[in-house]
Amino acid sequence: MLSRYLLKKLDISAMWFLAVLAAIALLVPALNLLVPETSAFHLSTYWVVLLGKYACYALLALSVDLVWGYAGILSLGHGAFFALGGYVMGMYLMRQIGSRGVYGDPILPDFMVFLNWPELPWFWLGSDVFAFTLIMILFVPGLLAFAFGWFAFRSRVTGVYLSIITQALTYALMLAFFRNNMGFGGNNGLTDFKDILGFSLQDDGTRAALFSISIVMLMLGFIICRAIITSQFGKALIAVRDAESRVRFLGYKAESYKLFVWTVSAMMAGVAGALYVPQVGIINPSEFAPANSIETVIWVAVGGRGTLIGAVIGAVSVNFAKTWFTAALPELWLFALGTLFIVVTIFMPKGILGLFAGHKIKPFNLSIFGKKSVDAEDGGVGDNNAKSS
Amino acid sequence: MMGLKRYATKMAATTAVAAGLMLSVSAHAAETIKVGVLHSLSGTMAISETTLKDAMLMLIEEQNKKGGLLGKQLEAVVVDPASNWPLFAEKARELIEKEKVSAVFGAWTSVSRKSVLPVFEELNNIMFYPVQYEGEESQRNIFYTGAAPNQQAIPAVDYLMSEDGGEAKRWVLAGTDYVYPRTTNKILEAYLMAKGVAKEDIMINYTPFGHSDWQTIVSDIKKFASEGKKTAVVSTINGDANVPFYKELANQGIEAEDIPVVAFSVGEEELAGLDTAPLVGHLAAWNYFQSVEADVNEEFISTWKKFIKDEDRVTNDPMEAHYIGFNMWVKAVEKAGTVDVDAVIDALPGITVPNLTGGMSTMLPNHHITKPVLIGEIQDDGQFDIVWETDGLVPGDAWSDFLPGSKDLKSDWVELNCGNYNVAEAKCLGAATN
Amino acid sequence: MGLPPSPKVAPSFYRTYVGVLMKRFILFYAFLPFLLLVSPLISQAETTDDIEVYVEVLKSKSTKQKTEAIQNIAKTGHVRAGLILEAFLGGKLYSLKENGAIVIINDAASDIEISNAISGEDLGVATKKQIKKLRINNKLRGVVKASLAELQLSHPDKEKRMAAALSKFKSAGSSDIPLLENAIASEENKSIKKILIEAKAAAELSSNDSAIQLAAIKIIEKRGDSQALNLLTQLSQSAENEQVKNEAKQAVGRVESSLALWDISQTLFYGLSLGSVLLLAAIGLAITFGVMGVINMAHGEMIMIGAYTTFIVQEVIRNSMPELFDASLFIALPLAFLITGLIGIGIERGIIRFLYGRPLETLLATWGVSLFLQQAVRSIFGPSNREVGNPSWMSGSFELGQMAITYNRLWIIIFSLGVLFMLMLAMKYTSFGLRMRAVTQNRKMAGSMGIKTGWVDALTFGLGSGIAGIAGVTLSQIDNVSPNLGQSYIIDSFMVVVFGGVGNLWGTLVGAMSLGVFNKFLEPAVGAVLAKILVLVLIILFIQKRPRGLFALKGRAVE
Repeated sequence: MLSRYLLKKLDISAMWFLAVLAAIALLVPALNLLVPETSAFHLSTYWVVLLGKYACYALLALSVDLVWGYAGILSLGHGAFFALGGYVMGMYLMRQIGSRGVYGDPILPDFMVFLNWPELPWFWLGSDVFAFTLIMILFVPGLLAFAFGWFAFRSRVTGVYLSIITQALTYALMLAFFRNNMGFGGNNGLTDFKDILGFSLQDDGTRAALFSISIVMLMLGFIICRAIITSQFGKALIAVRDAESRVRFLGYKAESYKLFVWTVSAMMAGVAGALYVPQVGIINPSEFAPANSIETVIWVAVGGRGTLIGAVIGAVSVNFAKTWFTAALPELWLFALGTLFIVVTIFMPKGILGLFAGHKIKPFNLSIFGKKSVDAEDGGVGDNNAKSS
Repeated sequence: MMGLKRYATKMAATTAVAAGLMLSVSAHAAETIKVGVLHSLSGTMAISETTLKDAMLMLIEEQNKKGGLLGKQLEAVVVDPASNWPLFAEKARELIEKEKVSAVFGAWTSVSRKSVLPVFEELNNIMFYPVQYEGEESQRNIFYTGAAPNQQAIPAVDYLMSEDGGEAKRWVLAGTDYVYPRTTNKILEAYLMAKGVAKEDIMINYTPFGHSDWQTIVSDIKKFASEGKKTAVVSTINGDANVPFYKELANQGIEAEDIPVVAFSVGEEELAGLDTAPLVGHLAAWNYFQSVEADVNEEFISTWKKFIKDEDRVTNDPMEAHYIGFNMWVKAVEKAGTVDVDAVIDALPGITVPNLTGGMSTMLPNHHITKPVLIGEIQDDGQFDIVWETDGLVPGDAWSDFLPGSKDLKSDWVELNCGNYNVAEAKCLGAATN
Repeated sequence: MGLPPSPKVAPSFYRTYVGVLMKRFILFYAFLPFLLLVSPLISQAETTDDIEVYVEVLKSKSTKQKTEAIQNIAKTGHVRAGLILEAFLGGKLYSLKENGAIVIINDAASDIEISNAISGEDLGVATKKQIKKLRINNKLRGVVKASLAELQLSHPDKEKRMAAALSKFKSAGSSDIPLLENAIASEENKSIKKILIEAKAAAELSSNDSAIQLAAIKIIEKRGDSQALNLLTQLSQSAENEQVKNEAKQAVGRVESSLALWDISQTLFYGLSLGSVLLLAAIGLAITFGVMGVINMAHGEMIMIGAYTTFIVQEVIRNSMPELFDASLFIALPLAFLITGLIGIGIERGIIRFLYGRPLETLLATWGVSLFLQQAVRSIFGPSNREVGNPSWMSGSFELGQMAITYNRLWIIIFSLGVLFMLMLAMKYTSFGLRMRAVTQNRKMAGSMGIKTGWVDALTFGLGSGIAGIAGVTLSQIDNVSPNLGQSYIIDSFMVVVFGGVGNLWGTLVGAMSLGVFNKFLEPAVGAVLAKILVLVLIILFIQKRPRGLFALKGRAVE
């Protein structure tokens, strides 16, 4: 029953994609744990952690692609949902430290002891229960997205206006979380985690498990996205993306469609953040930085917007480039990255995936002052936007 | 036209360096001791950290000229954590696991240190942290060569309360809203109250990172200061926000003899971006100033200027911290006869090396060092004139005596083998992890 | 104590820092021959001995001894007493290491010229290693200034007398009353006289005669600023006479309420000033983003390049023609406009023209450009802050009632409005403006009317970038000049443009000003951090109410 459903939802390339992910989920831990360190095939823990991080970024990129690629909502604030998920997980991990903190307080995290907080604030209650944490990882980003979307989509805030207020949202959250009085550790954020569900976070086995879970969640996220976009609902959604007014005139409630995917996407981002935190070992307000969210959008664009698989490929390849550049060209890597973005936008309008999938690439005019296409397809401020002064 | 020409040369040099770098990446000497340099070269912290990277490269080069270490050459491994905290952890892991460095010199902000700390603990390596910080930490693998609060904040306040400093009675504690100012101000508040300053005579103010509009706050300070008693400002404002802050101070005509501002994060590098003429007399507290008169300092400055090929470049306190830290590490390695991490960690406490102020600094069992404390006045040439210094060296204290939570804590890695030993309960807190 | 007879002939010229008025130089050279001729004649043997002893004490480490020495130097009435104290104040008093002689240095040139402090005899040049500075600290600076004030209450230079009077107001005690009375009697300048009278009143507040005290309260209350409030508050707490105490208390109340009113206008000024900074940062974006629809993430870097242009201009001026320093901004403005404008045209022709019709992808490409430019500037100029000085006409502040208005903020407000209105005029009345509007309203039709749309696009983008460059010149006056400069303005700029309504310059103006004022009125109540958060929340809520900003475009062009 389920497999038939899946078969219906997935095309060949999606099947292949999932198969590759599944193989990675099994192979990477095996190469790290089972192959002896002396062997040439041994994968060091450094790589496991790194790949785990990429997997979380990929899930985040997937969530952005869902709203941008299929609902036309360009979110410049998805980092907020990612960070919120991360903070929920961070709170749980913080509570797991128990009396092993530097001040030895059995309940209060170190930064609270140090700021003389007498007891846990109400919003930390229940954070030591793993099941509750799992619920909150979905609930907190979901609720914020729902509330934000409820107002924004109803007021028909679209295009660039929507993008900018999502940016305002994440920027405001960043400033708020920087405040020590918020009760989330201020700039230092939450760190020094010891273990998760009793397993030490510094143990290779735990790391491998976290990595595999991340990949499985990525697969799950992918399947959910496919399920959404191939359904009746998804067709309507794409129609909303391409001509919102027309869909509305036909009697559909465009805002409900958008609100649903927006919330789902935020939850996915939250899960990505929650998996990210135990693997990198820190969550701090700079995850809310608008630049991070912009970068996520760039991953999707590099990979190929509206393709799902492209989002994953984009996230992994840009981050791999970053990892490699920052070590190989520490002084000059921004030149390389900057150039990469420019080249991708101009020469690969459909992203990396566009190159392989044999999509027809939009030819561009090489004459310097030539004619250009006029249509504003992305729902942003097109060039036919009038200017009056 | 000198200036222009210099930048034109630099533009050409940049291109050349780019090509050179790509070549040198693959070049690899056979038998070297690798030293990691973990400082942000891009992003918001590049402004402060890049200099430290250069300072490390210079120190390593100088050491190699002297014949290296244990008969081998030292090799610097530079990476760019890009002011991104999770990236710090990733890069630290890369340095230790992939590059197999023997020690790492790096980090600036507390959060970057906190981010890499578990990595160093897990992979058992050594990091030297060169910046003044809030204390409340002592970890086996980290050596803190910057000032703890008792080596900077408290002496500075003592000076301002003294007759020479103007006998301040009212205090403004202004800082950026993050952990270092919060802690320092907490310690100072407790200290001031212990000295009999009333609570209403202390004004605490926090601003966001990179705050650039200081009009309201400076005029608030003016107002607060005009209510009688002599007022002083203690500034823990972070790097970037300082320039607009001082510009506003100057423009609103706040003069040092009326309201002195003593800063803990403003050194020669920060002043390089300012016209300091209107700021003469405002203060900074550090453990080193470029203007210190000592032979060893003059030598250091001239080596630095030669290395960086710029006569106008200045030296500052965190550079001295790296100078001390690096020499301590070299000496400890020589003493241990190996770069083995555990042996070096054990060898480090007790190591004494010259600092740049003409004295000797010692690594203490709590992994902090002894330093003199200097108070400098800003001069119109962007340098500091030292107006006051402690009589002897001040030992760094990891756990402040003025915070209720850490009063009873003690750090001793030699005898107790514990970074947070509770004296009252006679046990090592959080020992389960060690 | 009578008035010292001779300091009139010893004006001091040793405070030479950037931005000092030309006038002073001229005055100096006019007086120079006179000074050289007269001073050795007047120096009396007996006072010279005394002053030598006292000046010698300045070498000591004890602040207490130095304090006494400073006061004694002033009391000697020696012709060079004022000069010596000013040199001490300006950090130009040194001792020779070889014989301990005290000298005054003049290091304006590359060689340090030294002269004997007491005799004024020229001692040639010295190197830095041969001399040692006599240390001064803030406490001593206060003492020196107070002592100088006494010497200079009758100084021929008006500015000196003003400074002396102000200093007296701060430090006046009852022993100064006769001195002040003398000064008041001989003073002809009205504003200096007023301050002298206030200084005398400040000294009289602690008088034993309640009638004098009451009269003094009146004068001080009339002054009405925070210093007056300070004096009155102290009196209302310490006065023994009940009537005086009551009167002081009431005066405190009146001054406080008038200050509270002034406070509101002061906050308004701060708000407008913040608004003008936002406006400047956003105008360029209002064109590249608002008019052309390019999500220009490299906008902040244009601002940064403008600021670095100012730095280069000032660097060249400092090295080759320091007298032009005050004009540096006027040279930097057109240069910055040209440079960033050309870079803008380059970006448009090289990258953005391939992306029309895909506005969201311009975000990606310009983000790449922004990374690239940041790193380029970092590689060329280094990662640390660069010094950009304020010309003298942009330094300091003046009082308007009880408001302190800083010159740089005032000029920035005026300048930002000027730029905006020039731009509006250009768009409305020039043929380029007409073409620009035509192309943005209907590209195809404009093209078929013979407008070269490609050129117009390039020039429009260049114009937006150029204005960002101008903004950079201005912002270099109040902020860091570092590779990160642009990053700190880009988000705010987008907020302003969107809040005001994309594509509308009036909207940008009203948006920037209202955000600035709102922020500044919130700040005292909730603190700087929360104020900023609340402003962001306000923007989010406001957009729900008006999804197309403050001044929404109407009509078909919108969809």
